[in-house]
Amino acid sequence: MTDPSSPSDTGETLPERTPTEWHSNAMQRRIRRRYARERRFRFFGLAALVLAAGFLAFLLFTIVSDGWRGFQRAEVAVEVTYVEDELTAESGSLARADYRTLLRRDLREQFGTERVASEGAWLRLRERMEENPGLLGQTERVWVVASPEVDLMAKGDVDFTLPAERRVVDDEMVEDYRDLRESDRVRLAFNSGFLSRADSTSSELAGVWGALIGSILTILVTLAISFPIGVMTAVYLEEYAPKNRITDIIEVSINNLAAVPSIIFGLLGLAVFLNFFGMPRSAPLVGGLTLALMTLPVIVIAARVALQSVPPSIKDAALGVGASRLQVISHHVLPVALPGILTGTIIGVSRALGETAPLLLIGMRAFVSDIPEGVTQPATVLPVQIFLWSDEVGRGFIEKTSAAIMVLLAVLLSMNALAIYLRNKFERRW
Amino acid sequence: MAEYDTETVVHEEMTLRNDAKMTARDVSVFYGQKQAVRSVSIDVDSHYVTAFIGPSGCGKSTFLRCFNRMNDTIDIARVEGDIDLDGRDIYDPKMDVVQLRARVGMVFQKPNPFPKSIYENIAYGPRIHGLAESKTDMDRIVETSLQRAGLWNEVKDRLDESGTALSGGQQQRLCIARAIAVDPEVILMDEPCSALDPIATAKVEELIDELQGRYAIVIVTHNMQQAARVSQRTAFFHLGHLVEYGPTDEIFTNPKADRTRDYITGRFG
Repeated sequence: MTDPSSPSDTGETLPERTPTEWHSNAMQRRIRRRYARERRFRFFGLAALVLAAGFLAFLLFTIVSDGWRGFQRAEVAVEVTYVEDELTAESGSLARADYRTLLRRDLREQFGTERVASEGAWLRLRERMEENPGLLGQTERVWVVASPEVDLMAKGDVDFTLPAERRVVDDEMVEDYRDLRESDRVRLAFNSGFLSRADSTSSELAGVWGALIGSILTILVTLAISFPIGVMTAVYLEEYAPKNRITDIIEVSINNLAAVPSIIFGLLGLAVFLNFFGMPRSAPLVGGLTLALMTLPVIVIAARVALQSVPPSIKDAALGVGASRLQVISHHVLPVALPGILTGTIIGVSRALGETAPLLLIGMRAFVSDIPEGVTQPATVLPVQIFLWSDEVGRGFIEKTSAAIMVLLAVLLSMNALAIYLRNKFERRW
Repeated sequence: MAEYDTETVVHEEMTLRNDAKMTARDVSVFYGQKQAVRSVSIDVDSHYVTAFIGPSGCGKSTFLRCFNRMNDTIDIARVEGDIDLDGRDIYDPKMDVVQLRARVGMVFQKPNPFPKSIYENIAYGPRIHGLAESKTDMDRIVETSLQRAGLWNEVKDRLDESGTALSGGQQQRLCIARAIAVDPEVILMDEPCSALDPIATAKVEELIDELQGRYAIVIVTHNMQQAARVSQRTAFFHLGHLVEYGPTDEIFTNPKADRTRDYITGRFG
């Protein structure tokens, strides 16, 4: 009431206010508009959700539909005779026996060609002999890994109606495959090698186990470095550090660090760990250290938030009965903050687990066909393996790529499940 | 508001002695630039319940927290003046704060049991101070503390349950039992009943009555009836000043300072 003639302050009677018309048309229209707006808002929310769910479903569908075949492989049945003279012909001892030549001969005799079996098919014979040395001199039917071409045909990836020059397999191979089918000597089996071998140049022999072990070793190094340092940093900043300009700057820096692109950390790791400290290239140790640098700010931030959410009344209570600062932190603050810290840590580590760029820079993109046995041995990790396979020209690697993505997703999902489990287990109710 | 005298009126019986359990002399507390407590001197005797009353923001809680140095945990708080426990300056750098807080226990405004079992709530203090030699010793401390807090019969069958599962009033008595368990000499209570319903409040007040004599008790309250019911001595604070300090019945029936009279008769507050 800025109107100077308004009498409100002077105690004179106020002008009568017209009663609100709740049933007027204008009012009804306003109400209808309000409801319409509400409905529209809800519809947009639902539409966003459906769209997101659709993308996710599409992604999962394409990965799984390509990938499940990566867990299968074609196998060919061969009658093998373990002739001792032939096995030891070259090396002279059974320990270094030459199964390759033996298998080649048997293949040629039975199929007229070696091309139906994989180059690494002889590995199966060695396994059999190791399992059962009594087989020496005997003959048995062994299912060995088929060649990539047979693999493709067995999985129905080859359109036989196309002319030969537009097919990946030539007519001769198709004939061989038809013979195999007729004599029932080809089958699709679970690809156990995929989960137990390391990388290989031939797709039918390539496995994801080496990369998985590499990932686990790398993550263990990351955790061992970043968890204690991150939690101690957060505890110091929250519980001990005075609140002043310096701690403000530190806080801003940590937040900025969490947003730095990961490839920068890769360059840092390259410069510091490889060039300055001379650590081994391609090793999980260096990968883990590099990822620890990247994960550290995430853990510090998560731990600080978790520590801040501890009710001050608990600290007061502990101080009130005469607990020292260390006792307050270790007996009361950390146990209450633990679920939050663990959740943040696992989220940070999950991100590190899926990280590729910084690891490429420190040499973890090398072709590694051995399963790493320690943190200083050359290794690769799952996402880098996926990256490498997606670059391969061999047709068999397409399904391997998707299958490796499935393994990576399974690892990530189980880590997130672990985070939820830990949070529920340690969460206390107030 | 009318201009009031800032002189403290101390009743004859309360004349400051230096052999009281706890003595405060010219204590001022600053929060940054703001002065919350202005040069307060007071004695706290064993055997009595001393009540600090006054309107919100008068500095009574802040002053109370000086007695066990809880203000240390606030970065910007600064305490001036002397507070002695049995004649020893508690702000002496050589004073062990951990031991001080064991000797001067505290009960807070909101019941704040640890999110642990009832047993653990009580046993925590004695354990960190090494007061129990054995498990049976500890069981005995837990039992007597809960008995003194009048909670034993209600919880003896569920000592393993979480302390946070108790009702608000029970939680507050659990907190009192927790303070008793370390065998303190002084118990500070910061508005212990403000979060409780009338029945729970009555129980806590009853408990304070029973504890009187065994421990020196200082209770901060904004409920004047409560001060009248549970305390023998009352100190009235206003705007950081100690206005009047005397026997409770005299403060309530025959206050000497104008401000006390105005507050008690409901003229402000």
